Amino acid sequence: MKPIFLDGYSSHRRMFLALVLSSAFIYCDHKLASFDVVRGYLQSFVSPLQYLANSPKQLMDFASKNIISRNQLMIDNKRYQRQELLLKEELLQLDILKQENNRLRKLLASPIRSDYKKMVAEILAVDSDPYTHQVVINRGSDDGIFEGQPVVNENGVVGQVLHVGLNNSRVLLLSDITHAIPLRVERNGIRAIAKGTGSVTQMEIAHMPHSTDIKVGDIMLTSGLGGRFPEGYPVAVVSFVADSSNREFAHITVKPLVELNRLRYLLLLWPQTKIENPPVIAEPINNNPVASKAKNEG
Amino acid sequence: MKAKNNNIVIWITLFIALLLSIMPLPIGFDAFRPNWALLVLTYWSLALPNRVNVLFAWVIGFVIDVLLGSVLGINAFATALVIYVSANNYQKIRNFSLWQQSLIIGLFIALFHLTVFWLQRMVLDVDFSMHYLKPVITSAIIWPIIFLLLRKVRRQFQVH
Repeated sequence: MKPIFLDGYSSHRRMFLALVLSSAFIYCDHKLASFDVVRGYLQSFVSPLQYLANSPKQLMDFASKNIISRNQLMIDNKRYQRQELLLKEELLQLDILKQENNRLRKLLASPIRSDYKKMVAEILAVDSDPYTHQVVINRGSDDGIFEGQPVVNENGVVGQVLHVGLNNSRVLLLSDITHAIPLRVERNGIRAIAKGTGSVTQMEIAHMPHSTDIKVGDIMLTSGLGGRFPEGYPVAVVSFVADSSNREFAHITVKPLVELNRLRYLLLLWPQTKIENPPVIAEPINNNPVASKAKNEG
Repeated sequence: MKAKNNNIVIWITLFIALLLSIMPLPIGFDAFRPNWALLVLTYWSLALPNRVNVLFAWVIGFVIDVLLGSVLGINAFATALVIYVSANNYQKIRNFSLWQQSLIIGLFIALFHLTVFWLQRMVLDVDFSMHYLKPVITSAIIWPIIFLLLRKVRRQFQVH
């Protein structure tokens, strides 16, 4: 007897099964929002692989941190001290302004804004799909990360959390073609929506009439209207405004303030979790052994 | 024939290939990253077509989808498709010389990337750019090395 069917199914049937499975998954992942739970599980499932792929970079970082020269450290230290002095001085001003603002808001019977929880995250050096703009970070649902959470860095808004695993998650960047963010112009408060274009240096303003007062160089802030991003974070600067009126709407492009292709540390925000007293950054810092030793001796 | 067939070797090579396919590369080389997972899968499908079959490839493609964060099923389908073609023609491809194989592999990788593009186009609205086909060149160039290396591994560990 010929061993034709020893193999179980023929490869044609297997291919058909693969086609059916793929179509089902593409449909579910693309159309059904509830599928995100599955995505989360899968995301945590592959996290060991991602952490492993990240380890060479970590090793290099560790080496470069330890091999740094004394001279360089001293220069850095000096620079940081100066920077701290300047920032602290600004902080004093800010405190006064904050109090004043709160008093004024009380007079107007508006709710007082309080600080919210923040957490530092680091980007894992793993590659993503070339068709999307995403990064993987080293925090997950174990740290309380949730889907849709706003992500910023020191220059402005970076994006939002897309899939959450147990100890890693994906962040969708502003520039991804599926991303849009509600903004307002800092100068005059005009509201707009900026859509990602797939280029890291460019976003497009959607449906803006020609007569709108937006100029090149205007800073765009988050308007807080979508309920997802807290209000007032800088996002982009207007880079191009077309004055031709042969289109239905004005053609305005903006450039993200954050260098989206050079991210390293990110800040995750919890706009719903208010903190009354001084802003605390919830960061599981691994205590510097040298510093703690010095403290013990001192 | 030995009772043990050392399946684990296949898994280890694929694991390394998956690691290599998400490891960061310098920005200039990034677009040229050879399609490691698919090269390794193709080798095993040519060497052991009854062990590494279409569904096996689909599973690996699915893992790639999760690793890269693309819409689930896209890489899975494209990988399965390539392995379907190679597993159906393994006897022909085996008889080609190494450089002829390289050309065929180049075609396979091109098929893979075009399939991925086509599926992404349905889901996302992306435009075609020749950048998407850069891995074809490097994958074809690197195939002889992968082939010889994996053949050595297969013989060393007697995977059959």
